Amino acid sequence: MPALWIRNARIVDPASKRDAVGDLFAEDGKMVPTLSAAGRKRAKKIDAKGLVAAPGLVDIHVHFREPGQTHKETIATGSRAAAAGGFTTVVCMPNTTPTADNAGTIQYILDAVRRDAVIKVLPTGCITIGAKGDILAPIGSLKRAGVVAITDDGDCVQSNELMRRAIEYARMFGLPVMDHCQDTSMTDGAVMNEGDVSIRLGLRGWPNAAEDVIVSRNVILSSYTGAHIHMQHISSAASVDILRRAKSDGVRVTAEATPHHIAFTDEALATYDPNFKMNPPLRTEADRRAIIAGLKDGTLDCISTDHAPHTDYEKDKEFDYAPNGILGLETALAVVLEVLVRKSKFKLSHAIDLMTRRPARVLGLPAGTLLAGAAADICLFDPDESWVYDAKSGQSKSSNSPWSGRTLVGRVKTTIVDGRAVFPFAAS
Amino acid sequence: MTWTRRHLITIEELSLAEIDQIHATASAFKKILQRNVKKVPALRGKTIVNLFLEPSTRTRMAFDMAAKRLSADVIAFDAASSSTQKGETLRDTAENIQALNADMIVIRHAAAGSPLYLSKILDIPVINAGDGAHEHPTQGLLDTFTMKEHLGSLKGRKVVILGDILFSRVARSNIHALTKMGAKVTLVGPSTLVPQGFTTLGAEVSHDLKSALADADVVMLLRIQHERQGHRHFPSLGEYTGMFGLNKTRASWLRPHAIIMHPGPINRGVEIDSELADGPRSVILEQVTNGIAIRMAVLYLCAGHQPEHVIASTE
Repeated sequence: MPALWIRNARIVDPASKRDAVGDLFAEDGKMVPTLSAAGRKRAKKIDAKGLVAAPGLVDIHVHFREPGQTHKETIATGSRAAAAGGFTTVVCMPNTTPTADNAGTIQYILDAVRRDAVIKVLPTGCITIGAKGDILAPIGSLKRAGVVAITDDGDCVQSNELMRRAIEYARMFGLPVMDHCQDTSMTDGAVMNEGDVSIRLGLRGWPNAAEDVIVSRNVILSSYTGAHIHMQHISSAASVDILRRAKSDGVRVTAEATPHHIAFTDEALATYDPNFKMNPPLRTEADRRAIIAGLKDGTLDCISTDHAPHTDYEKDKEFDYAPNGILGLETALAVVLEVLVRKSKFKLSHAIDLMTRRPARVLGLPAGTLLAGAAADICLFDPDESWVYDAKSGQSKSSNSPWSGRTLVGRVKTTIVDGRAVFPFAAS
Repeated sequence: MTWTRRHLITIEELSLAEIDQIHATASAFKKILQRNVKKVPALRGKTIVNLFLEPSTRTRMAFDMAAKRLSADVIAFDAASSSTQKGETLRDTAENIQALNADMIVIRHAAAGSPLYLSKILDIPVINAGDGAHEHPTQGLLDTFTMKEHLGSLKGRKVVILGDILFSRVARSNIHALTKMGAKVTLVGPSTLVPQGFTTLGAEVSHDLKSALADADVVMLLRIQHERQGHRHFPSLGEYTGMFGLNKTRASWLRPHAIIMHPGPINRGVEIDSELADGPRSVILEQVTNGIAIRMAVLYLCAGHQPEHVIASTE
């Protein structure tokens, strides 16, 4: 049976409150407390001196574009980007072509995952048919086909009645509902945060109130029904406040924040660079700080990248016409180390928790820990290595990253899935 | 001071000295335009492409006229019949124009930031002729030029800009030019079209027309761009005119020397009464005339010439 022995790593496993230098062992794809003498002898050994050994990172919000938009990304390339970024489990969004609103498309995705993925890729299904917000998708069939959550990500369910019924219905299957919080009646033609910068640049503003209205709506519906709603990529300080109060009242809501919303503000748009265009948009410094505070006190549950690949020729346009979204998987860990650990003084274990155990817990996934018996999904990284990220030579099929060309600190060295090293990639 | 700029993208990035240089150069060209022979050979052998991807009458004709007065060849790019309608990207269109050996591009585009984007792609000078709701630098330059002709220095002068500020590139370029030149700018209109955020650009915001007009030296009207507002920013044109339209009574609140400006196109009877548009305070057609001299100055300077040469030639 294959065995793995990682020696002399700084082991950071928030689930077991462990942060100490030591060895890790795995056998048959599972973490084990130790190996027999014979097991140690035949185990693959990795010298991890100077490296951090964390649970494999978990991202519950990525876009892998398959089926139908494979010019941007595929499950093969997306999962390689994830592995290069230290992720071992990701949850992909259903806004593919066709949309993943039916069991057949989910089956197609799972077949592609089995064939092409180098890490664990879990699908979500739509809340409504075509994510159009009119008719409930066959949520029971989606659950049976293997989705881990439902969401109309990118399109927020506008009807309060439909959202109420969706969460009540999904609750019967124990399926979390994830919502992209945006009142679209308030964001017609909007391409950036509404505020001083949008006034200066003459771009149409997306007011944070349009997010806050839906976050409030979701809190009210979750409170009313008792069903779980997960709010995707929170960008507004007011939304953080609403969620803080809801959580203290015991409402079953969870929420995520992206690396870009904690790293940048709308001032970054001064040059109209579409690599800073995403939805929800970058907001003000006050919002950025509030999101970091929300991550610190647990109001926001986890970091998710919203990895959203687009080709150069799609993204390289007039700002108004460029699609929303940026890459995130290959830079997330370094950005979190920079913004949360080095600048905002989070403990390393806290930052790791936000990228492992906590996102797994939001969706009830069996991932995010190094406890004995867990899958041997491990991320080994050098927290101090400085490197220049070049999106063009990255693993994603696309290169739409605002971090391209920047020096980052903290680099993934080895990614292990079920006890097998999947990154660095073997020469092909 | 030497003129070094190759592109004209915004007034926000111009220094006061650069604005003065453009004005001085335009002033010299204006003298030339009053001669019998109105043409100078400054840009002979150069080709300027007018890439107008959004409808325009005044600006396009003024750029066309200005280029011809400078002896440049002008190619007009017609958006309606061009390959942009077939899905060609702006980058490809621009690179093709450059490959055709154009020496300069004048661009009008509905998307804010497009001129800056072009200037990063191309090696030839890019002149912004209006980008979305962002800037319309030559309009700001010709407006302040016209104000100076009537009022002298603009330091301490008060300019009221009245109307749809939120969606106006003309307002933004004028705010930048006027504040650099030391004028006080007050923005007036319905609160939905004149958000408080404009104070961060150095202007005052008011919704009280009477007090704003009382001590104004200039009132600049902007067209109500009903097509951009989706009928949500105010109830009706009638209500707008009732509250903010400039009529005879309201014009009587102005001081005797105050002038009325409008970048056009005018909606007579909406933002301004017809007789005021044609009346003695109106400098609306002077703005159009000055627009040629300003665009000649901008094309001339961005093509690499220095202001002194043309100024000397007219002294």
